[in-house]
Amino acid sequence: MLKGLIIKEFRHILRDPKTLLILFGMPLLQLLLFGFALSTEIKNAPIAILDHAKDAQSYALQSKIFSSGYFRQQEKLKNEKQIAQSFEGGKVKLVLVIPPKFAEQLANGNHVEIQVIVDASDINTGITLQNYAQSIIQNFQQQIHPTSKPFMQIVPKVRMMFNPELKSVYAFVPGVSALVLILISAMLTSVTIAREKELGTMEVISISPLRTQHIILGKVLPYLLLSMINAAFIILVGIWVLGMPMNGNVLILLLECLLYVLVALAFGVLISVKANTQQEAMFISLLSMMLPTIILSGFIFPVESMPWGLQQISKIIPASYFIEAIKSIMIKGGGFDLIWKPTLVLAFMATLLIILSIKQLKTRTN
Amino acid sequence: MSAIAVNGISKNFGEIQAVKPMSFSVKEGELFGLIGPDGAGKTTLIKILVTVLKPDSGFATIDHHDVVKDYHYIRNIIGYMPGKFALYQDLSIEENMKFFADVFGTKLEDNLELMGDIYKQIEPFKKRRAGQLSGGMKQKLALCCALIHRPKILILDEPTTGVDAVSRKEFWNMLQHIRTQGISILVSTPYMDEAAKCDRIALMQDGSIIALDTPQAIRDSFTYPIFGIRGANNYHLIEKMKSFPHLRSIYPSGEFAHLVMNQEITLQEIEDFAAKSGEKLIESKLIKADIEDCFIEMMQHG
Amino acid sequence: MVNQENIAVKAKQLTRKFGDFIATKELTLEVKKGEIFGFLGANGAGKTTAMRMLCGLLKPSSGEATVAGFDVYKEAEKIKKNIGYMSQKFSLYEDLKVTENISLFGGIYGLNRKEIKLKTQNIIEDLNLHSVANKLVRAIPLGWKQKLAFAVAQVHDPKIIFLDEPTGGVDPLTRRQFWNEIYASADRGLTIFVTTHYMDEAEYCHRVSIMVDGEVKALGTPRELKNQYQVNSMDDVFTELARGTSTK
Repeated sequence: MLKGLIIKEFRHILRDPKTLLILFGMPLLQLLLFGFALSTEIKNAPIAILDHAKDAQSYALQSKIFSSGYFRQQEKLKNEKQIAQSFEGGKVKLVLVIPPKFAEQLANGNHVEIQVIVDASDINTGITLQNYAQSIIQNFQQQIHPTSKPFMQIVPKVRMMFNPELKSVYAFVPGVSALVLILISAMLTSVTIAREKELGTMEVISISPLRTQHIILGKVLPYLLLSMINAAFIILVGIWVLGMPMNGNVLILLLECLLYVLVALAFGVLISVKANTQQEAMFISLLSMMLPTIILSGFIFPVESMPWGLQQISKIIPASYFIEAIKSIMIKGGGFDLIWKPTLVLAFMATLLIILSIKQLKTRTN
Repeated sequence: MSAIAVNGISKNFGEIQAVKPMSFSVKEGELFGLIGPDGAGKTTLIKILVTVLKPDSGFATIDHHDVVKDYHYIRNIIGYMPGKFALYQDLSIEENMKFFADVFGTKLEDNLELMGDIYKQIEPFKKRRAGQLSGGMKQKLALCCALIHRPKILILDEPTTGVDAVSRKEFWNMLQHIRTQGISILVSTPYMDEAAKCDRIALMQDGSIIALDTPQAIRDSFTYPIFGIRGANNYHLIEKMKSFPHLRSIYPSGEFAHLVMNQEITLQEIEDFAAKSGEKLIESKLIKADIEDCFIEMMQHG
Repeated sequence: MVNQENIAVKAKQLTRKFGDFIATKELTLEVKKGEIFGFLGANGAGKTTAMRMLCGLLKPSSGEATVAGFDVYKEAEKIKKNIGYMSQKFSLYEDLKVTENISLFGGIYGLNRKEIKLKTQNIIEDLNLHSVANKLVRAIPLGWKQKLAFAVAQVHDPKIIFLDEPTGGVDPLTRRQFWNEIYASADRGLTIFVTTHYMDEAEYCHRVSIMVDGEVKALGTPRELKNQYQVNSMDDVFTELARGTSTK
């Protein structure tokens, strides 16, 4: 019986271009929007240089940097104190600190450290500029030592200003996953159930020998599968295209995705109990899922800086826990020792919502 | 033996009494019609019987099982066709049928003989999606889906609403055929002219049954003399005839006006009165009340 | 020849195609002033397309037509001002009061405040709606709603009124009262164009046309058509036509 339900559900999905577009177009669009919108090629970025050496090589490096076209000199700094000032108000995006006796050290074959300090509040720009600067420095080094040894003589030392742990860049892939998964899972399930209510087929199925849990499973399983495919897709794009690290266990990662998707699906079923039309379902899921996920999960705005009340709301948003777990796994390589808390919360939420949705979706009413 | 027995069933929605306490039964093998306008309570009553809605009071049995307690049994033995044709528009005829067969744990092939002619009419289009079918075809497909598990009792909510006259006729023929296969049928309709196709009918109005009998017996129970009259201008004729002595009621009915009298009267008296009022009568005849006349009589004076 | 003044709707070989599909094929008919004309056909027979053309909502592919004396190609806006429309759903706002519905539609059709006030009074008076004038339309009985909708559709004194399946699903008494209203309006000179697929509504019309597959297959009074096909009801006339076979 369940098989028939699932086959039917897949037919609906495959035959509806709109569903397909939401299912596979939206994740890609979101990733591209969030991932690349701000990281297109940057030219003539204002930078400042603090040159402690003022020798031939330091000038040569500077001229190489400014002739690249990516940077222009906004300021010359005299001392370390001025670094912070120059970043203020976004006057410069990057500061390069060249150590004393640069030419001499290089000639002696010593390691020298060039500091690359980046304004990481605008994280995408910051990273792009940092990458430009590093490759110019490497290029410079190869010119002066064409037979370069495998190790680097000039070591660019990168320091991030304002956002030292690069919080938002690593929040963004988990954030988009959280958003896309909740939208697909909650919205599509609630909309398809509402559609069956509109058609009257829900009533016919309701009074068939099928039990409530069959009906719910028949709706949820296809979307569970599709959501997991989506989750994998987003994470792979995150890793391969957007440079998200993957230090943890893939299985644990997928398990977190599964828990989170279950929460979202069960929520979708719950929405559909209330919503009698597809529009209503769409509206409720957008309002109750998408907005809180974007605004309150810490995906875009840091939770720490929110007022106390909003922080409390953030604690009941499933995405908060999902993002926390995903970041731990991917960045810190965390196992269950690190993420047992968010995992437990998600598992609890999933169980609760599934039980609630089975209870609520009645095949008969008073 | 009753296929369906209703005992004092009622249902309120807030302040609205959708179904006032009512009782009736449908005999085994009977084609029983619930006939009444929108808002009469037909759909609510049917939803209670098919176990999707719990009644506020009373009890009802289907195949001797309680609709509240034994709903699971009932769901296995009834075929139900809700008001709108509940079909998946994006699935083909064949896919819809296979799906419903699967839901009821049966196979399409096992019950083709019951659907017989009905299925044959839609079979040539079996690859076509339900959304692209005409109203009549959708109706047939929905009926096939409701019959797919060979139910003991078939319950249909306004199956002929929104369907053209030809399809309506065909549909009633199909119901007659299904009944000969030993399936009891409860069907609702707002069309009074469909009453004649039923073995017995319940006329419903404002949540109550106002008459319950065979269509013939209901018509026979209309005891007032009733005439069909037709003039050059029926509107003027009706206005003038309103002052006719001993008049019970007069109203348009198609190309005629129906004139109901409180006492016996001759055609001559009618013609004389019309002539005196300056209206030309083209035709006047004593007629037999139809179901609509009975319904109107009960609404006005019942 | 009929005096052109007395023709409310006139169509000559009016045709509408959608790609290769001919929705309405060479529709030719005349509806007289004060006539109740039944425009019949099954769902999908082309009634809606034809009616949309006559209401000035859809440009015909070919042929000609005038409604209330205005050309459907060039004077669509004038047509819209001179017709009224009421559908089965009664075209009223359920969450507005009776009087608010009247003022709303009066305003839509460009009546000024004084005219609206007068119209409201007249409608309330004529239909005896005093007790419900300040109630939400949702709360008034179906039969009253129907009468009100019919009155509201005439708030701008149109020459022709289009009724789309006006009495589906109502009880027989309400329905007859409604037909009485229709007769009364026609008697005052209003032309009534009823589209429906309920054949028993056809029996009430002065003349009817029956459309099958985009073409008018029969045109005449119900009596003429029943005699022509030697059957007892319009339902049977339709069945004969749609089947294209004779069962008698």
